[in-house]
Amino acid sequence: MNIPSLNPIILTLVTFIPALGGVLVLFIPRRDRDIKLFALVISLLTFVVSVHLPVHLHRNLAGFQFEVDKPWIASPNIHYHMGIDGISVWLVVLTTFLTPLCVLISWKSIHERVKEFFILLLLLETALIGVFTSLDLFLFYFFWEGTLIPMALLIGMYGHGRKVYAAVKYFLFTMIGSMFMLAAIIWLYTHTSPNSFDFAEIQRQIHAGTIPGFSTAAPWLFLGFFIAFAVKVPLFPLHTWLPDAHVEAPTAGSVLLAGVLLKMGTYGLLRFNISLFPEEARRNAPWIMTLALIGIIYGALVAMVQPNMKKLIAYSSVSHLGFVVLGLFSFTTMGLNGAMFVMLSHGVATGGLFMLAGIIYERRHTYEIAEFGGLATPMPKYATFFLVTMLASVGLPLMNGFIGEFLVLSGAFQARPVYGILAATGVIWSACYLLWMYQRVFYGKVTHEVNGALPDIDLRERWALAPIAVAALVMGVAPIMWLNAIEPAVQTALAPFAQQLAKVVSQ
Amino acid sequence: MMTALAHIPALLAQGSFVAPPLEDYLRVLPELVLSIFGMIVMVIDPLLDPERNQKPLGLIGLVGALAALASALVMAGHPGTAFSGVVQVDNFAIFFHIVVIAIAVVGILSSYEYMAVQRIRAGEYYGLILFGTVGMCLMSSAIELVLIFIALEISSIATYVLAGFRRRDAASSESSLKYFLLGSFATAFFLYGVAMMFGATGSTSIPVIRAALLGGNGGLLAYVAVALMFVGLGFKVASAPFHVWTPDVYEGAPAPIVGLMSTGPKAAAFAVLLRVLVETRAPGWFWMLWVSAALSMTIGNLGALVQDNVKRLLAYSSIAHAGYVLAAFAAKPALGASPVMFYTAAYAAMNVGAFVVVSHFANQGERYVTLEDYAGLGRRSPALAATFTFFLMSLIGIPITGGFFAKFYVLNSDLKSGLVGLAIILVLNSAIGAYYYLRIIVMMYMREPRGDVPVTPIPAAAAIALAACVAATLALGLFPGRVLDYTSQSAEQIVGLNTPTNSTVGQ
Repeated sequence: MNIPSLNPIILTLVTFIPALGGVLVLFIPRRDRDIKLFALVISLLTFVVSVHLPVHLHRNLAGFQFEVDKPWIASPNIHYHMGIDGISVWLVVLTTFLTPLCVLISWKSIHERVKEFFILLLLLETALIGVFTSLDLFLFYFFWEGTLIPMALLIGMYGHGRKVYAAVKYFLFTMIGSMFMLAAIIWLYTHTSPNSFDFAEIQRQIHAGTIPGFSTAAPWLFLGFFIAFAVKVPLFPLHTWLPDAHVEAPTAGSVLLAGVLLKMGTYGLLRFNISLFPEEARRNAPWIMTLALIGIIYGALVAMVQPNMKKLIAYSSVSHLGFVVLGLFSFTTMGLNGAMFVMLSHGVATGGLFMLAGIIYERRHTYEIAEFGGLATPMPKYATFFLVTMLASVGLPLMNGFIGEFLVLSGAFQARPVYGILAATGVIWSACYLLWMYQRVFYGKVTHEVNGALPDIDLRERWALAPIAVAALVMGVAPIMWLNAIEPAVQTALAPFAQQLAKVVSQ
Repeated sequence: MMTALAHIPALLAQGSFVAPPLEDYLRVLPELVLSIFGMIVMVIDPLLDPERNQKPLGLIGLVGALAALASALVMAGHPGTAFSGVVQVDNFAIFFHIVVIAIAVVGILSSYEYMAVQRIRAGEYYGLILFGTVGMCLMSSAIELVLIFIALEISSIATYVLAGFRRRDAASSESSLKYFLLGSFATAFFLYGVAMMFGATGSTSIPVIRAALLGGNGGLLAYVAVALMFVGLGFKVASAPFHVWTPDVYEGAPAPIVGLMSTGPKAAAFAVLLRVLVETRAPGWFWMLWVSAALSMTIGNLGALVQDNVKRLLAYSSIAHAGYVLAAFAAKPALGASPVMFYTAAYAAMNVGAFVVVSHFANQGERYVTLEDYAGLGRRSPALAATFTFFLMSLIGIPITGGFFAKFYVLNSDLKSGLVGLAIILVLNSAIGAYYYLRIIVMMYMREPRGDVPVTPIPAAAAIALAACVAATLALGLFPGRVLDYTSQSAEQIVGLNTPTNSTVGQ
């Protein structure tokens, strides 16, 4: 796909193909099979087009690439400004990678209101990609909020159990969080001169120190962004919406929620909190790292005692995302590289685990671990896929989880040894709860008679799971393919910290 | 300095009254057209079969309103003052003419089927809508306090009667009577204010008052005048603490009329507020508006939280939105006037739209207006539910809708004026507001449908009305630039470029 002329419009294409597809689905008659096929084609097409990005990304360049910058609204000065660097490119690809799998995994589990489901899914994909590609703060907010409604509707309409409660809780937590971010964004806009929402322009003015009143407002601005992102990550103690949302969400919703939506938070922390307010970030790092640490250990311990498979995976997300935040606020190259890598590997592995949980739910309509046991006998293929994905999540060497966590721990150890040591226990915990869960579900004798007759996974499910397993393995064996793009971007983000350090040293 | 009006008796006595030039009539062309069509409706009404006259009369009303919309464009070609300086055609007046007449068009469209379904004899219904619109139009172009008062009365009296049009329902009569009693009381306050202003400045003409007040004349009396006028207008826009009538009146009045009167007279009253507070450079209203804004937002949103009747819920929401608009008033006039205008337009689009849905869904006798009735609407009438959701999202203030930019501009103007406190109150209130709008969405999509609530297909007229409102809300959300340019220009005209912008007396 060597089409250089594609570069100026590639981001627009990748972002809006799903939404366009979603609008087209509106006009397809309600024949469920057609709609599913169409959604699959659209999401695959998006993935194929998005592959253009990492292929043509200049990996040793640090700045934003594939940029497009057109005035959108004159007053306030809003631009349609998009661009990606080595950090966001992978998150875009992660999104486009997971969405077709979500379509496949939802093939049978969604029986009614199929049309609406796939419209929402495709709109959600556009919003997610938009979050990672926008370089205009306003545009960013626009997409950020845009993820809210489709996700809440997916949970509330297609979930199970206390779905309405979960959807509303999710909506309110995120909505209130992002209000603070909006206030901070508007403050930045009104105090920059010329007034601008442009990320690069705001960053330039902050570094030049030309924004009046910035030094007094900076702690509040930092906090405004931080609350919005911390809710999304979710950082302890703002995580309480997550288990509810995950447990009640439909499988595809859980996959995108864990796989991509949570990354919006950590991406935001990196892109905005750390890049725009380096000094505030440094000042606040101790307590943020402490919260991350609590998240790692608390999430793991709570995961261990969950009787519900999906809730267990949900809490494991709290734990894993703690690693990401820990890595980010270590302000070391290794830590940030690792954080980025954990984001990607967690997206793949946890997305996979949720798909696996969804597969068993379709067969048994329960997530209770106690309802299973000895599943390896009737469902050997399923057990194998589960094993691979679970080991990726545990962080077995040669699997993708290992690389990221190793880098984060080294980074954290470099910055603050105590944090590194404590966080390392998180790796052990994750082995405990996941392996124990695996043992209870798959090994031993078939304890419930119904389980003995369960059909193994079919071709469609294998097609949905195989990419996960392959990606987990490839990322574990050849992480450099990802890291060599991430590294320059990370260096840029860390540049102000190096200067600060140099200042301290020279004194 | 004698007012233009005061000239008239003297001129008549001298026998030298000259007919105004033709162009003066062009400057009130929309009002003339509306009045003529209103009278046609009145004349034709007795000629038709009273049981089946709803549609022909509605058609005449619609044609009249559309003709008025076209004539507003003619009027736009003739800026200037008319009739010895009591009417002024400027961008400001043109803007409000178009908004108000467009509201009337949609109101008539949504009444078209409604009247037949409710089996209300149309009679003078459409005539009153047109006459009411005359009043609202005149309110925005009058620059003479006595004429403003007359226009206010024309619009109010029409709405009093319209509120009582569901004759078979006691609630409607209660609504009408309550509105009438309290409304006349409020207009009396306004009239007192006018008298005081005359006493303070020796004139009722806004340009003259402005000159007098800028010259330092006025004194205490001017403060009293401003306060009294605000009481009267505050009632009309349903702002706290003059909001108590709103829920009862909205609950009882016919739904299309609620859509109309929650937007049209409000827009006109905001226009008058801009004229009498901002254009005159009146003193001492800053804290008055600040407090009223904060109270309206808070009371409106908290009140809406506990409502089970959709009409009452939207009534409280309308109080809250009046508060958001007043929050823009509290900003510096040079910054605040334009957001006020934008907000009234956006609010008109989304709220009238919401009431089109409510009018259609309420069915015969307005039986289905509680939140419970909306359960499962997403399944039973996807189009109706989707449009309602869209309007509610706009009311919440989610991007790509006009409501988002409206709120955004208000926030922007407040922050630029340094009103951080008010901005925070606004943000918190938006978060509260999200909850109750969301309740409706949750009800429509996440609850099982109720079999006993009939859902009839959307009739053509209502569909056109809905499409128009969706298009307007979406256009304001995607391309707010043009409208905002226009409102900023008009705002500059009335605020006046040559006068110092720091003259926000009392700030």
